[in-house]
Amino acid sequence: MDNAVLKERILGLVPDAEYQENKQFLTFIIPPAKMHDLAFKLKSESDLAFDYLFCLTGVDMVKFLEVVYHLESTTHRHQLELKVRTEDRVNGAVDTVCDIWRTAEFPEREVFDLLGIRFNNHPDLRRIFLEEGWVGHPLRKDYIDEVNIVEF
Amino acid sequence: MNFSIYDFTSFNQWIDKFLYDNLPAFWALVVEMTIIGLAVLLFYALIGLFLVYAERKVCAFMQNRVGPNRVGPYGFFQTIADLFKLLMKELVYIKNADNLLFNIAPFIVICASFMAIAAIPFAKGLHAIDFDIGILYVIAVSSLGVVGILLAGWSSNNKYSLIGAMRSGAQIVSYELSVGLSLVTIIILAGTMQFSAIVEGQANGWFIFKGHIPAFIAFVVFLISSTAETNRGPFDLAEAESELTAGFHTEYSGIKFAFFFLAEYMNMFIVASIAATVFLGGWMPFHVGGWAGFNHIMDFIPPFIWYIGKTFFVIWVMMWFKWTFPRLRIDQLLTLEWKYLLPINLVNILIMAFIVLMGWHF
Amino acid sequence: MKEVIHLPVQNVEEEEYHINMGPQHPSTHGVLRLVVSLQGEIVKSLKPHCGYIHRGIEKMCEKDTYPQIIHLTDRMDYFSAHINNHAVCLLVEKALEIEVPDRVKYIRTIIDELTRINSHQLWWCSFGMDLGALTCFFYGLRDREKILDIFEESFGSRLLHSYYTPGGLMMDIHPDFQKNVKAFIKYFRKKIKDYDNLLTGNIIMQERTKGIGILTREDAINYGVTGPSGRASGFACDVRKRHPYGVYDKVEFREILGTKGDTFERYSMRMHEMLESMKIIEQLIDNIPAGDYSAKMKAVLKLPGGEYYQRVETARGELGVYVVSDGNKSPFRIKFRSPNLSNLNVLDHISRGWKIADLVAIGASMDFVIPDIDR
Repeated sequence: MDNAVLKERILGLVPDAEYQENKQFLTFIIPPAKMHDLAFKLKSESDLAFDYLFCLTGVDMVKFLEVVYHLESTTHRHQLELKVRTEDRVNGAVDTVCDIWRTAEFPEREVFDLLGIRFNNHPDLRRIFLEEGWVGHPLRKDYIDEVNIVEF
Repeated sequence: MNFSIYDFTSFNQWIDKFLYDNLPAFWALVVEMTIIGLAVLLFYALIGLFLVYAERKVCAFMQNRVGPNRVGPYGFFQTIADLFKLLMKELVYIKNADNLLFNIAPFIVICASFMAIAAIPFAKGLHAIDFDIGILYVIAVSSLGVVGILLAGWSSNNKYSLIGAMRSGAQIVSYELSVGLSLVTIIILAGTMQFSAIVEGQANGWFIFKGHIPAFIAFVVFLISSTAETNRGPFDLAEAESELTAGFHTEYSGIKFAFFFLAEYMNMFIVASIAATVFLGGWMPFHVGGWAGFNHIMDFIPPFIWYIGKTFFVIWVMMWFKWTFPRLRIDQLLTLEWKYLLPINLVNILIMAFIVLMGWHF
Repeated sequence: MKEVIHLPVQNVEEEEYHINMGPQHPSTHGVLRLVVSLQGEIVKSLKPHCGYIHRGIEKMCEKDTYPQIIHLTDRMDYFSAHINNHAVCLLVEKALEIEVPDRVKYIRTIIDELTRINSHQLWWCSFGMDLGALTCFFYGLRDREKILDIFEESFGSRLLHSYYTPGGLMMDIHPDFQKNVKAFIKYFRKKIKDYDNLLTGNIIMQERTKGIGILTREDAINYGVTGPSGRASGFACDVRKRHPYGVYDKVEFREILGTKGDTFERYSMRMHEMLESMKIIEQLIDNIPAGDYSAKMKAVLKLPGGEYYQRVETARGELGVYVVSDGNKSPFRIKFRSPNLSNLNVLDHISRGWKIADLVAIGASMDFVIPDIDR
């Protein structure tokens, strides 16, 4: 499916998705509440068939936190990028997509560990790299650590 | 076949007569026993040291490297350095371990292998005991080693040691059957269980050639089962347990660990010498029945050299396949014994019996 | 009369216990802790604990310039160091719309393939060693030395080279490079037959790997298992074929797929890949065009604002580099999509129901490098 048709299709599924200009991938910003349903449809509908989630990233864009999903279909070879944003820096939560793409399990734990975004219904949401009692989320832009980070 | 130059029987009788003439009977016996005990101990220690060195060199050459070459010429004294290290290591005392069993276990393993060495003939007349049920005695006594291993695992109070010991125990007990049955095949051919008679029966050809097919099959089965008996080679999952820990001897350190280690190499030596004695002729030089001239030339090499050469050949083969093959899993190991080696052994015994009855051996 | 006290009867057959294949272990390749829940000998489930070598590479990169980031990528999956470097270089070149000379593309492809062979040789060493065939370790290392000698001659180091730089290479290759690479290929083609004789054809090894740890194609895609492990299950994920970079679109090579997805197939994939890599090198080594070893680059590289994503095929799977740039000389956010993290995720799924000895074989066939997981 080429990008124009795909764009129509996605906007059809989620009308309040916001299209974002991007040189490389077709990118949409999805409201957090609609993400899980959209993910399910993206995987199950045969003309979309996005079965391969190849990257799940968390980004701290100072005003908000976002989770970026890069998807690909192994049958149709089209690619897609979805973003989900949350402005709540204390209790920000997004629905997990582990039940749809099992590969998301560890990267979501990594996003939780390093950025502090919670994932609802995740089977085992705990820190993956840092130890259990660590306070703070290091990849955030406002993270201060007197001991471990040396600022020039 | 004139062995008088190399015959130790007259030498033994001379010592015996000398002692009984000069000392009261009781003390002569004590002195004799002490001499034999010391000789066996010395032999044991020297061979043990040499084998450890040989293993390291053989494995190094197979792996395209040199092995120990610093301590002494060609690294010859490496094992002595290792021995010093082990002697100086701290003996760790486990709080909740059963101390009596913990300390006895290595001794049981060593004693079992000592007793087995006693029955093996190194040259004509050069053996400690010459039972007329020699083979049965050796098999029975080497089984005692299992007790030591199980005690070691149990008394360590460590669940991984226990698993390792249980596995090891199951392995050894299963493979003893195959060892015994393959030796039975040769007993049928030889007609006797006495070691010296077996060796002399090979004066006109080794049993592995005399008994052709069934003897060769028995040799191969014996080699496989005895490697498994001694926890070596592709059957070493109980101790080279890189999955869990070091198996039953995890909690041992210092000299006690050295005992297990040494006992393993000596067990390898014992099974290799049984293989050499029973299948390859022991101290009997390589004779072909009927070629008197050839046989006479072969006789010039001392029987002790023949014996050592054959034993070390078998040891080298065992080391060869340890360093080549990957390890078997425990269930594959037990399947190999119960489903393959045991039936092969039983059929082989029947074939051998048939051949002996029909006189189709050489 | 005293009451009879009934003690709770423990159902001994169903007792599960946990063992720790701790961070220091001869079989886990790196510092990984696996808490395995066993029932007797059978693995019921396993939980990996990572983070023992987490160095915060992504956070460090936010303060480093793009040429400095190359040095940090070396230290992630250090056996595919060059390929990691390649990913970042390609991303920067694409963002700045710089065309690198052909000479650079050829040399980068050849060195990537040598790195792949190097990595697979080391994998073969440790695979044999985990199964108990200790001699394999020495044979693989002996042959790996030849590649490391070639690398040392051209770039001065045996590990962690940082040879690629955005725009090209740090310096030109040594004049003997082509001759040495050709000599290596000739030598290694003979040796790889030895590898097959020693391990592949061995009945004990086949019994321990055939049918063990099966990963189906759907699961491979669902769990995102790429690289030779994914291809063994039939998932056609080779980035060199799907999104070609370098000169991969100009060379003839096969992407080999398996059908069963068991441990033996994962093993065979890597053996075949070594042969395919040698084929690629042979096609390129004599045709390296003359020219510059680097395009003209500014002293300070600032990527225009926006997002960039680059995918490459490392020896273990698909590495992705995702950069969010705000126009400065350091990335605002850089993320490395690690192939080993997805491969680790699937370990629990495929080792359930197998024994501990099988777990070691499965882990060896998945070929983990832990620093890539932890970054």
